[in-house]
Amino acid sequence: MKSKSLVSIDQCSKEDILRILENAAKFEANPNRTLLEGRVAATLFFEPSTRTRLSFETAVNRLGGRVVGFQDPSTTSSSKGETLKDTILMVSNYVDLIIMRHHLEGAARYASEVTDVPIINAGDGANQHPSQTLLDIYSIQKTQGKLTDLTITLVGDLKYGRTVHSLIVGMSHFNPTFHFVAPEELRMPEEQKNICDKLNIPYTEHTDFTEDIINKTDILYMTRVQRERFTDLEEYERVKNIYILKNSMLDNSKENLRILHPLPRVNEIAYDVDDNPKAYFIQQARNGLFTREAIICEVLGINKLI
Amino acid sequence: MSAQKKRELQVAALENGTAIDHIPPDQLFKVAHLLELEKMNNTITIGNNFYSKKMGRKGVIKIADKFFEEDEINRIALIAPNVILNEIRDFEVIGKYPVTLPDELVGIVKCNNKKCITNNEPMRTRFDVIDKEKGTIRCRYCERKINKEDIVIK
Repeated sequence: MKSKSLVSIDQCSKEDILRILENAAKFEANPNRTLLEGRVAATLFFEPSTRTRLSFETAVNRLGGRVVGFQDPSTTSSSKGETLKDTILMVSNYVDLIIMRHHLEGAARYASEVTDVPIINAGDGANQHPSQTLLDIYSIQKTQGKLTDLTITLVGDLKYGRTVHSLIVGMSHFNPTFHFVAPEELRMPEEQKNICDKLNIPYTEHTDFTEDIINKTDILYMTRVQRERFTDLEEYERVKNIYILKNSMLDNSKENLRILHPLPRVNEIAYDVDDNPKAYFIQQARNGLFTREAIICEVLGINKLI
Repeated sequence: MSAQKKRELQVAALENGTAIDHIPPDQLFKVAHLLELEKMNNTITIGNNFYSKKMGRKGVIKIADKFFEEDEINRIALIAPNVILNEIRDFEVIGKYPVTLPDELVGIVKCNNKKCITNNEPMRTRFDVIDKEKGTIRCRYCERKINKEDIVIK
């Protein structure tokens, strides 16, 4: 990677992504390795996120490192008005690695500029969450046996969904075909479509979520359609049930189809889908552990995995 | 006296320095601010609403004994893209340059994303100019794209 911090998926080349995935597979085979013995990582969660924090902290622990940090900024000096810069510089005195989540966008990039300690961005507002993208790509590779030439259907809130925007960037190296399924108000922004256009990545936009589309799909990536995103509540009432995946919609889907979701889900995947072997969202979260072990080693420059 | 002569006399001639011409009248004081003229001790003439064949009315700034570096002057391209810079030595215009947007804008533009770190920390903003023709810029931090018409100068 160009920087030793992981702030955004854009900074990862195809080779970077493949190397991280290869190492994630090694960690899946054996998650417990003493690569971080004697090292300390800080998890600074200026905004709570239990799932991401536990996943990162488990990764550090399974690598033999120790963790310090906070999960509730109201108990830290940032609540007294300390700047992010001062907090980061203070913590940099103590640790070898900082894993941070912040509600402000760009916080991780700024942190990476003020310290020499590697930063892993565990989410900065609606902006970036690169470890989520890498675990998504790892899950795609693991379930499909490859990354190239896949048909990927993104469903739900494509306007504000940072996971889908980053997934487009991350998968853009692997010749995908995209279907974007979203209500009119939450369509994929021009910026992401421009990325596809520039790279000659084919995509089709749909406002109806139909079996026809599902049956062509290798990876069905569901996201939440949130009520608060709508300016027109009538529109929300109209679409809220259209973008729900039900088990019956999978009857004629491809054998290799897998359903991903960044979680938490609310009602966009009916519970009768859970027992379908094509449902993969729970295992997907488990892959986060291995991917994060690989990311931690990557930013710390640990190349030899013992 | 000819109309041409009268117009010329409205502004003192410059022996050495820079004359910034064709400034849109409503942007004149913003341009002065961006160039930090208030911090200079040079002799400065500022004039506004002069007759212009090209644009109807225009603003002009003349700064004695000052020659700008490219990145210093290009910051004004954001608000006054058609400005012409005249480099004057010994009463002669020895060079005329248009201003062009630089690749990066540091500490000039305010990010219009309230949730951007730059609006919440004492720090400089940084924008990458992603389309020089359209004047589109992107915040280095929150990655929000801003179109020219929505750009807010700090």
